[in-house]
Amino acid sequence: MAALPLDAVDAPPVTDWPRELRAGGARREHAIAELHALLLRAARFELGRRRGQLWHLDAHELDDLATQAADDALVAILGKLDTFRGQSRFTTWAYKFALLEAGVKARRRAWRGRELPLTEDGWERLRSAAASPGASARMAELLAAIGDAIATELTPHQREVLVALTLDEVPIDVLAERRGTTRGALYKTLHDARRRLRAALERQGLSPREGGDP
Amino acid sequence: MNARPDPHETVRRLLGPAGPEVTCEQCFEHLDVYVEAERAGRDAEAEVPGMAAHLEGCPACASEHAGLHALLDAG
Repeated sequence: MAALPLDAVDAPPVTDWPRELRAGGARREHAIAELHALLLRAARFELGRRRGQLWHLDAHELDDLATQAADDALVAILGKLDTFRGQSRFTTWAYKFALLEAGVKARRRAWRGRELPLTEDGWERLRSAAASPGASARMAELLAAIGDAIATELTPHQREVLVALTLDEVPIDVLAERRGTTRGALYKTLHDARRRLRAALERQGLSPREGGDP
Repeated sequence: MNARPDPHETVRRLLGPAGPEVTCEQCFEHLDVYVEAERAGRDAEAEVPGMAAHLEGCPACASEHAGLHALLDAG
């Protein structure tokens, strides 16, 4: 971040963010500095919430991650300023960018250096769930039918994405990074796969409630 | 993995929400409006139809939804 201009040091707190961020010179610089401070606070808060998955980072590394998230959020916000419609408070609108950046960075950092689980691990988890003491005979039947539908109704890509995201619990941003795609594209694949599974169960007269939803 | 996966949770994750849902992009676009509606006690789902189903089906977006509430709670 550039140093705050001297004539902006005593400037009042920003209230009309879109106007100040579009203003020129010192007013804009002041608004940007204030906004960055807000985003940094939000990113630190979010990383603090996720401290458990970032246990291996020291305080300095954690703060670096928060700064990167705030920097990236600021760039995104300035690029999308025209899409702010005033339907929420500006700060609420801005916070979501910081939370997104912090969350994505946290998930990716937590998985750095880790191999993605093999599809077979996911299948084992499905079998394990079916064999759980908490699974009734109907639940076991439902899980078996879902397993069959995963094997026969999905494309290989849908199968890989579904198993990774739902059975192996790979974070969607991590899978997107490894596969060179986006969260939105992966979720669309997951959504389509889920529709196919539901349709297959329906054809067999099975409902998700067959397992006795709690 | 350690403990056996909960079968109900496994089915819920595999099949996702039953109803129509917004996309991840739409979820992000409306997250601020949705959260403020929830906090104001308004019918947030009426303002952003399909949001609740998406939050049920997408753990990443659900986490950002929870994070925004937590941040606003913290003041």
